[in-house]
Amino acid sequence: MAAGISESTVMNEEDLARRRKRNIALALVLGALVVLFYVITVVHMGPGVMNRPL
Amino acid sequence: MSDVTVDIASEAQQGWQTPADAAHLGGRGSVDDYWKLMKPRVMSLAIFTAAVGLMVAPGSIHPVLGVVAILCIAVGAGAAGALNMWYDADIDAVMQRTAKRPIPRGNLIAGEALGFGSMLAFGSVIVMGLAVGWGAAALLAGSIAFYLFIYTMWLKRSTPQNIVIGGAAGAFPPVIGWVAVTGSVDWASIALFAIIFLWTPPHFWSLALYKTGDYERVRIPMLPVVAGADETRRQIWFYSLALVPVTLLPWMLGAAGIVYAVSAVALGAVFLGGAWTVYTQREGAAAERASRKLFKYSIWYLFLLFAVLLVEQGIWPVVARGLGL
Repeated sequence: MAAGISESTVMNEEDLARRRKRNIALALVLGALVVLFYVITVVHMGPGVMNRPL
Repeated sequence: MSDVTVDIASEAQQGWQTPADAAHLGGRGSVDDYWKLMKPRVMSLAIFTAAVGLMVAPGSIHPVLGVVAILCIAVGAGAAGALNMWYDADIDAVMQRTAKRPIPRGNLIAGEALGFGSMLAFGSVIVMGLAVGWGAAALLAGSIAFYLFIYTMWLKRSTPQNIVIGGAAGAFPPVIGWVAVTGSVDWASIALFAIIFLWTPPHFWSLALYKTGDYERVRIPMLPVVAGADETRRQIWFYSLALVPVTLLPWMLGAAGIVYAVSAVALGAVFLGGAWTVYTQREGAAAERASRKLFKYSIWYLFLLFAVLLVEQGIWPVVARGLGL
Protein backbone atom coordinates (compact mmCIF):
# COMPACT_ATOMS: atom_id res chain seq x y z
CA MET A 1 0.00 0.00 0.00
CA ALA A 2 1.34 3.44 -0.97
CA ALA A 3 2.55 5.75 1.76
CA GLY A 4 -0.17 7.94 3.28
CA ILE A 5 -3.01 5.65 2.14
CA SER A 6 -4.47 3.60 4.95
CA GLU A 7 -6.89 0.72 4.55
CA SER A 8 -9.71 2.98 5.69
CA THR A 9 -9.33 5.20 2.61
CA VAL A 10 -9.45 2.35 0.08
CA MET A 11 -12.88 1.41 -1.21
CA ASN A 12 -13.81 -2.20 -1.83
CA GLU A 13 -16.25 -3.50 -4.47
CA GLU A 14 -19.25 -3.08 -2.18
CA ASP A 15 -18.32 0.55 -1.40
CA LEU A 16 -17.98 1.30 -5.10
CA ALA A 17 -21.39 -0.25 -5.85
CA ARG A 18 -22.98 1.87 -3.11
CA ARG A 19 -21.28 4.98 -4.48
CA ARG A 20 -22.61 4.20 -7.96
CA LYS A 21 -26.18 3.88 -6.60
CA ARG A 22 -25.77 7.14 -4.67
CA ASN A 23 -24.63 8.89 -7.85
CA ILE A 24 -27.63 7.57 -9.79
CA ALA A 25 -30.01 8.70 -7.02
CA LEU A 26 -28.38 12.14 -6.97
CA ALA A 27 -28.69 12.43 -10.76
CA LEU A 28 -32.38 11.52 -10.56
CA VAL A 29 -32.98 14.09 -7.81
CA LEU A 30 -31.19 16.80 -9.79
CA GLY A 31 -33.19 15.91 -12.92
CA ALA A 32 -36.42 16.05 -10.93
CA LEU A 33 -35.43 19.48 -9.55
CA VAL A 34 -34.84 20.80 -13.08
CA VAL A 35 -38.34 19.65 -14.11
CA LEU A 36 -39.82 21.02 -10.87
CA PHE A 37 -38.27 24.48 -11.32
CA TYR A 38 -39.43 24.56 -14.95
CA VAL A 39 -43.02 23.72 -13.95
CA ILE A 40 -42.96 26.24 -11.05
CA THR A 41 -41.78 28.95 -13.47
CA VAL A 42 -44.59 28.17 -15.92
CA VAL A 43 -47.17 28.17 -13.08
CA HIS A 44 -45.89 31.52 -11.76
CA MET A 45 -45.94 33.14 -15.19
CA GLY A 46 -49.41 31.73 -15.89
CA PRO A 47 -51.08 32.26 -19.28
CA GLY A 48 -48.68 35.18 -19.82
CA VAL A 49 -45.94 32.68 -20.65
CA MET A 50 -47.26 32.60 -24.26
CA ASN A 51 -48.12 36.31 -24.41
CA ARG A 52 -44.94 37.93 -25.62
CA PRO A 53 -43.78 39.62 -28.81
CA LEU A 54 -42.12 37.28 -31.29
CA MET B 1 -28.35 14.45 36.50
CA SER B 2 -27.20 17.63 34.82
CA ASP B 3 -23.54 16.91 35.63
CA VAL B 4 -23.66 13.62 33.79
CA THR B 5 -25.53 15.22 30.92
CA VAL B 6 -22.78 17.79 30.60
CA ASP B 7 -20.27 14.94 30.56
CA ILE B 8 -21.96 13.37 27.56
CA ALA B 9 -22.16 16.70 25.75
CA SER B 10 -18.55 17.59 26.46
CA GLU B 11 -17.46 14.12 25.37
CA ALA B 12 -19.10 14.82 22.03
CA GLN B 13 -17.43 18.21 21.78
CA GLN B 14 -14.04 16.74 22.64
CA GLY B 15 -14.19 14.43 19.67
CA TRP B 16 -16.51 11.55 20.47
CA GLN B 17 -16.26 9.25 17.50
CA THR B 18 -18.97 7.22 15.84
CA PRO B 19 -17.99 3.72 14.70
CA ALA B 20 -17.78 5.06 11.15
CA ASP B 21 -15.63 8.01 12.18
CA ALA B 22 -13.14 5.56 13.59
CA ALA B 23 -13.34 3.09 10.69
CA HIS B 24 -13.41 5.23 7.55
CA LEU B 25 -13.54 8.75 6.22
CA GLY B 26 -17.08 8.60 4.86
CA GLY B 27 -18.48 8.18 1.37
CA ARG B 28 -19.64 4.62 2.03
CA GLY B 29 -23.30 5.03 2.94
CA SER B 30 -26.07 3.60 0.78
CA VAL B 31 -29.08 5.48 -0.59
CA ASP B 32 -31.13 3.69 2.05
CA ASP B 33 -28.87 5.06 4.83
CA TYR B 34 -29.54 8.61 3.67
CA TRP B 35 -33.25 7.85 3.43
CA LYS B 36 -33.24 6.58 7.02
CA LEU B 37 -31.44 9.76 8.15
CA MET B 38 -34.60 11.64 7.18
CA LYS B 39 -36.74 9.66 9.68
CA PRO B 40 -39.34 8.62 7.07
CA ARG B 41 -42.03 7.76 9.66
CA VAL B 42 -41.84 11.18 11.31
CA MET B 43 -41.72 12.72 7.85
CA SER B 44 -44.92 10.92 6.81
CA LEU B 45 -46.81 12.43 9.76
CA ALA B 46 -45.49 15.89 8.86
CA ILE B 47 -46.58 15.40 5.23
CA PHE B 48 -50.03 14.27 6.25
CA THR B 49 -50.73 17.03 8.78
CA ALA B 50 -49.29 19.66 6.43
CA ALA B 51 -51.56 18.40 3.64
CA VAL B 52 -54.56 18.70 5.95
CA GLY B 53 -53.62 22.29 6.90
CA LEU B 54 -53.18 23.13 3.23
CA MET B 55 -56.49 21.61 2.10
CA VAL B 56 -58.60 22.83 5.00
CA ALA B 57 -57.38 26.45 4.79
CA PRO B 58 -59.82 28.90 3.23
CA GLY B 59 -58.84 30.04 -0.26
CA SER B 60 -56.98 28.16 -2.92
CA ILE B 61 -53.49 27.41 -4.13
CA HIS B 62 -52.38 26.17 -7.54
CA PRO B 63 -52.16 22.35 -7.26
CA VAL B 64 -48.51 22.37 -8.42
CA LEU B 65 -47.58 24.93 -5.77
CA GLY B 66 -49.54 22.92 -3.20
CA VAL B 67 -47.46 19.85 -4.03
CA VAL B 68 -44.27 21.95 -3.89
CA ALA B 69 -45.28 23.26 -0.43
CA ILE B 70 -45.86 19.71 0.85
CA LEU B 71 -42.57 18.58 -0.71
CA CYS B 72 -40.68 21.41 1.00
CA ILE B 73 -42.27 20.60 4.36
CA ALA B 74 -41.38 16.91 3.88
CA VAL B 75 -37.78 17.71 2.97
CA GLY B 76 -37.55 20.23 5.83
CA ALA B 77 -38.79 17.57 8.28
CA GLY B 78 -36.24 15.13 6.82
CA ALA B 79 -33.51 17.75 7.26
CA ALA B 80 -34.46 18.20 10.91
CA GLY B 81 -34.32 14.41 11.36
CA ALA B 82 -30.84 14.19 9.80
CA LEU B 83 -29.52 17.07 11.92
CA ASN B 84 -31.01 15.42 15.01
CA MET B 85 -29.19 12.16 14.18
CA TRP B 86 -25.96 14.09 13.67
CA TYR B 87 -26.14 15.73 17.10
CA ASP B 88 -27.53 12.70 18.95
CA ALA B 89 -25.15 10.12 17.43
CA ASP B 90 -23.52 9.56 20.84
CA ILE B 91 -26.72 8.67 22.69
CA ASP B 92 -28.32 6.90 19.69
CA ALA B 93 -25.48 4.35 19.85
CA VAL B 94 -26.38 3.45 23.44
CA MET B 95 -30.18 3.33 23.18
CA GLN B 96 -31.66 0.04 21.96
CA ARG B 97 -34.41 1.87 20.04
CA THR B 98 -31.93 3.95 18.01
CA ALA B 99 -28.79 1.77 17.88
CA LYS B 100 -29.55 0.63 14.31
CA ARG B 101 -29.62 4.14 12.88
CA PRO B 102 -27.07 4.75 10.06
CA ILE B 103 -24.47 6.59 12.19
CA PRO B 104 -24.37 4.21 15.19
CA ARG B 105 -24.22 1.28 12.74
CA GLY B 106 -21.10 2.81 11.21
CA ASN B 107 -22.56 3.24 7.71
CA LEU B 108 -22.28 7.04 7.76
CA ILE B 109 -20.01 9.42 9.61
CA ALA B 110 -21.62 12.20 11.65
CA GLY B 111 -20.27 14.88 9.32
CA GLU B 112 -22.17 13.36 6.40
CA ALA B 113 -25.42 13.65 8.32
CA LEU B 114 -24.60 17.27 9.18
CA GLY B 115 -23.86 18.14 5.55
CA PHE B 116 -26.89 16.28 4.23
CA GLY B 117 -29.25 17.81 6.80
CA SER B 118 -27.91 21.36 6.34
CA MET B 119 -28.23 21.15 2.57
CA LEU B 120 -31.80 19.84 2.74
CA ALA B 121 -32.79 22.47 5.32
CA PHE B 122 -31.36 25.30 3.25
CA GLY B 123 -32.82 23.96 -0.02
CA SER B 124 -36.32 23.34 1.33
CA VAL B 125 -36.59 26.84 2.84
CA ILE B 126 -35.28 28.58 -0.29
CA VAL B 127 -37.59 26.66 -2.65
CA MET B 128 -40.56 27.25 -0.33
CA GLY B 129 -39.80 30.99 -0.30
CA LEU B 130 -39.29 31.35 -4.04
CA ALA B 131 -42.12 29.09 -5.17
CA VAL B 132 -44.81 29.40 -2.49
CA GLY B 133 -44.19 32.35 -0.19
CA TRP B 134 -41.74 33.74 2.33
CA GLY B 135 -44.23 33.52 5.22
CA ALA B 136 -44.43 29.73 4.86
CA ALA B 137 -40.64 29.62 4.30
CA ALA B 138 -39.98 31.57 7.51
CA LEU B 139 -42.19 29.18 9.49
CA LEU B 140 -40.44 26.18 7.92
CA ALA B 141 -37.02 27.61 8.82
CA GLY B 142 -38.29 28.38 12.32
CA SER B 143 -39.59 24.85 12.85
CA ILE B 144 -36.30 23.25 11.69
CA ALA B 145 -34.28 25.63 13.90
CA PHE B 146 -36.62 24.98 16.85
CA TYR B 147 -36.25 21.20 16.50
CA LEU B 148 -32.46 21.38 16.21
CA PHE B 149 -31.43 24.18 18.57
CA ILE B 150 -34.25 24.31 21.14
CA TYR B 151 -35.28 20.66 21.35
CA THR B 152 -32.28 18.54 20.27
CA MET B 153 -29.40 20.66 21.54
CA TRP B 154 -30.96 22.26 24.59
CA LEU B 155 -34.13 20.79 26.09
CA LYS B 156 -33.73 17.09 25.32
CA ARG B 157 -30.71 16.64 27.58
CA SER B 158 -31.58 19.19 30.22
CA THR B 159 -35.24 19.04 31.31
CA PRO B 160 -38.12 16.56 31.68
CA GLN B 161 -40.24 19.18 29.90
CA ASN B 162 -38.17 18.40 26.75
CA ILE B 163 -40.96 16.86 24.70
CA VAL B 164 -43.62 19.26 26.00
CA ILE B 165 -41.88 22.33 24.60
CA GLY B 166 -40.07 20.42 21.86
CA GLY B 167 -43.43 19.08 20.70
CA ALA B 168 -44.05 22.48 19.15
CA ALA B 169 -41.66 21.56 16.34
CA GLY B 170 -43.92 18.68 15.30
CA ALA B 171 -46.98 20.92 15.52
CA PHE B 172 -45.74 23.36 12.85
CA PRO B 173 -46.52 21.43 9.60
CA PRO B 174 -50.31 22.08 9.45
CA VAL B 175 -49.68 25.77 10.18
CA ILE B 176 -47.09 25.94 7.39
CA GLY B 177 -49.57 24.26 5.03
CA TRP B 178 -52.24 26.75 6.08
CA VAL B 179 -49.93 29.76 5.62
CA ALA B 180 -48.90 28.46 2.17
CA VAL B 181 -52.53 28.99 1.10
CA THR B 182 -53.64 32.05 3.06
CA GLY B 183 -50.36 33.86 3.70
CA SER B 184 -51.33 34.39 7.33
CA VAL B 185 -51.54 32.52 10.64
CA ASP B 186 -55.25 32.34 11.59
CA TRP B 187 -56.94 31.09 14.76
CA ALA B 188 -58.02 27.82 13.14
CA SER B 189 -54.42 27.06 12.15
CA ILE B 190 -53.36 27.75 15.74
CA ALA B 191 -56.05 25.26 16.84
CA LEU B 192 -54.43 22.59 14.61
CA PHE B 193 -51.08 23.51 16.15
CA ALA B 194 -52.53 23.20 19.67
CA ILE B 195 -53.96 19.75 18.94
CA ILE B 196 -50.55 18.30 17.98
CA PHE B 197 -48.82 20.26 20.74
CA LEU B 198 -51.06 18.77 23.45
CA TRP B 199 -51.07 15.33 21.82
CA THR B 200 -47.26 15.04 21.91
CA PRO B 201 -46.73 14.61 25.71
CA PRO B 202 -49.17 11.70 26.23
CA HIS B 203 -47.91 10.15 22.98
CA PHE B 204 -44.22 10.27 23.94
CA TRP B 205 -44.64 9.61 27.64
CA SER B 206 -46.67 6.46 26.98
CA LEU B 207 -43.65 5.27 24.95
CA ALA B 208 -41.17 6.46 27.59
CA LEU B 209 -43.06 4.49 30.27
CA TYR B 210 -42.00 1.18 28.75
CA LYS B 211 -38.66 2.40 27.35
CA THR B 212 -37.49 4.00 30.59
CA GLY B 213 -34.35 1.85 30.72
CA ASP B 214 -33.21 3.20 27.35
CA TYR B 215 -33.46 6.82 28.51
CA GLU B 216 -31.87 6.02 31.88
CA ARG B 217 -28.81 4.51 30.17
CA VAL B 218 -28.09 7.74 28.28
CA ARG B 219 -29.17 10.04 31.13
CA ILE B 220 -31.88 11.71 29.09
CA PRO B 221 -34.16 13.31 31.70
CA MET B 222 -37.45 11.96 30.36
CA LEU B 223 -40.30 12.38 32.84
CA PRO B 224 -40.45 8.70 33.96
CA VAL B 225 -36.69 8.77 34.64
CA VAL B 226 -36.76 12.00 36.64
CA ALA B 227 -40.19 12.04 38.28
CA GLY B 228 -41.12 8.37 38.21
CA ALA B 229 -43.75 6.31 36.40
CA ASP B 230 -46.68 7.36 38.61
CA GLU B 231 -46.10 11.08 38.06
CA THR B 232 -45.81 10.37 34.32
CA ARG B 233 -49.15 8.54 34.39
CA ARG B 234 -50.72 11.52 36.18
CA GLN B 235 -49.30 13.95 33.60
CA ILE B 236 -50.51 11.75 30.73
CA TRP B 237 -54.00 11.84 32.20
CA PHE B 238 -54.01 15.65 32.64
CA TYR B 239 -52.63 16.32 29.16
CA SER B 240 -55.26 13.97 27.71
CA LEU B 241 -57.98 15.86 29.58
CA ALA B 242 -56.69 19.10 28.06
CA LEU B 243 -56.27 17.60 24.59
CA VAL B 244 -59.79 16.30 23.93
CA PRO B 245 -61.64 19.65 24.36
CA VAL B 246 -58.98 21.37 22.24
CA THR B 247 -59.70 18.97 19.37
CA LEU B 248 -63.14 20.62 19.18
CA LEU B 249 -61.65 24.07 18.53
CA PRO B 250 -61.57 23.71 14.72
CA TRP B 251 -65.33 23.03 14.84
CA MET B 252 -65.96 25.96 17.23
CA LEU B 253 -63.95 28.27 14.97
CA GLY B 254 -65.92 27.22 11.90
CA ALA B 255 -63.03 25.40 10.23
CA ALA B 256 -64.70 22.00 10.67
CA GLY B 257 -68.24 20.62 10.53
CA ILE B 258 -70.41 18.35 12.62
CA VAL B 259 -68.92 15.11 11.24
CA TYR B 260 -65.52 16.20 12.55
CA ALA B 261 -66.98 17.31 15.90
CA VAL B 262 -68.74 13.96 16.48
CA SER B 263 -65.62 12.05 15.40
CA ALA B 264 -63.42 14.15 17.70
CA VAL B 265 -65.68 13.38 20.66
CA ALA B 266 -65.77 9.63 19.88
CA LEU B 267 -62.03 9.33 19.20
CA GLY B 268 -61.31 11.49 22.25
CA ALA B 269 -63.44 9.28 24.47
CA VAL B 270 -61.36 6.25 23.44
CA PHE B 271 -58.16 8.25 24.05
CA LEU B 272 -59.32 9.24 27.52
CA GLY B 273 -60.23 5.61 28.20
CA GLY B 274 -56.70 4.55 27.26
CA ALA B 275 -55.13 7.31 29.36
CA TRP B 276 -57.29 6.31 32.34
CA THR B 277 -56.19 2.69 32.00
CA VAL B 278 -52.55 3.84 31.97
CA TYR B 279 -53.28 5.95 35.08
CA THR B 280 -54.90 3.13 37.02
CA GLN B 281 -52.89 0.07 35.86
CA ARG B 282 -49.55 0.65 37.60
CA GLU B 283 -48.05 -2.78 38.11
CA GLY B 284 -46.51 -5.52 35.99
CA ALA B 285 -47.48 -6.65 32.52
CA ALA B 286 -50.88 -4.93 32.65
CA ALA B 287 -49.18 -1.55 33.13
CA GLU B 288 -46.83 -2.08 30.21
CA ARG B 289 -49.68 -3.36 28.04
CA ALA B 290 -51.70 -0.23 28.82
CA SER B 291 -48.78 2.07 27.89
CA ARG B 292 -48.09 0.22 24.65
CA LYS B 293 -51.78 0.30 23.76
CA LEU B 294 -52.06 4.05 24.40
CA PHE B 295 -48.88 4.75 22.39
CA LYS B 296 -50.19 2.79 19.39
CA TYR B 297 -53.67 4.29 19.65
CA SER B 298 -52.26 7.83 19.96
CA ILE B 299 -50.78 7.49 16.44
CA TRP B 300 -54.11 6.27 15.04
CA TYR B 301 -55.96 8.95 17.02
CA LEU B 302 -54.08 11.86 15.44
CA PHE B 303 -54.20 10.26 12.00
CA LEU B 304 -57.96 9.65 12.14
CA LEU B 305 -58.71 13.09 13.60
CA PHE B 306 -56.88 14.83 10.76
CA ALA B 307 -58.19 12.35 8.18
CA VAL B 308 -61.80 13.17 9.08
CA LEU B 309 -61.00 16.88 8.86
CA LEU B 310 -59.35 16.33 5.48
CA VAL B 311 -62.28 14.36 4.07
CA GLU B 312 -64.97 16.67 5.47
CA GLN B 313 -63.38 20.01 4.61
CA GLY B 314 -60.91 19.21 1.83
CA ILE B 315 -62.13 16.25 -0.23
CA TRP B 316 -65.92 16.08 0.24
CA PRO B 317 -66.61 19.68 -0.96
CA VAL B 318 -64.73 18.92 -4.21
CA VAL B 319 -66.58 15.62 -4.70
CA ALA B 320 -69.93 17.27 -3.90
CA ARG B 321 -69.26 20.01 -6.45
CA GLY B 322 -68.33 17.38 -9.03
CA LEU B 323 -71.57 15.50 -8.38
CA GLY B 324 -73.56 18.73 -8.54
CA LEU B 325 -74.77 18.40 -4.94
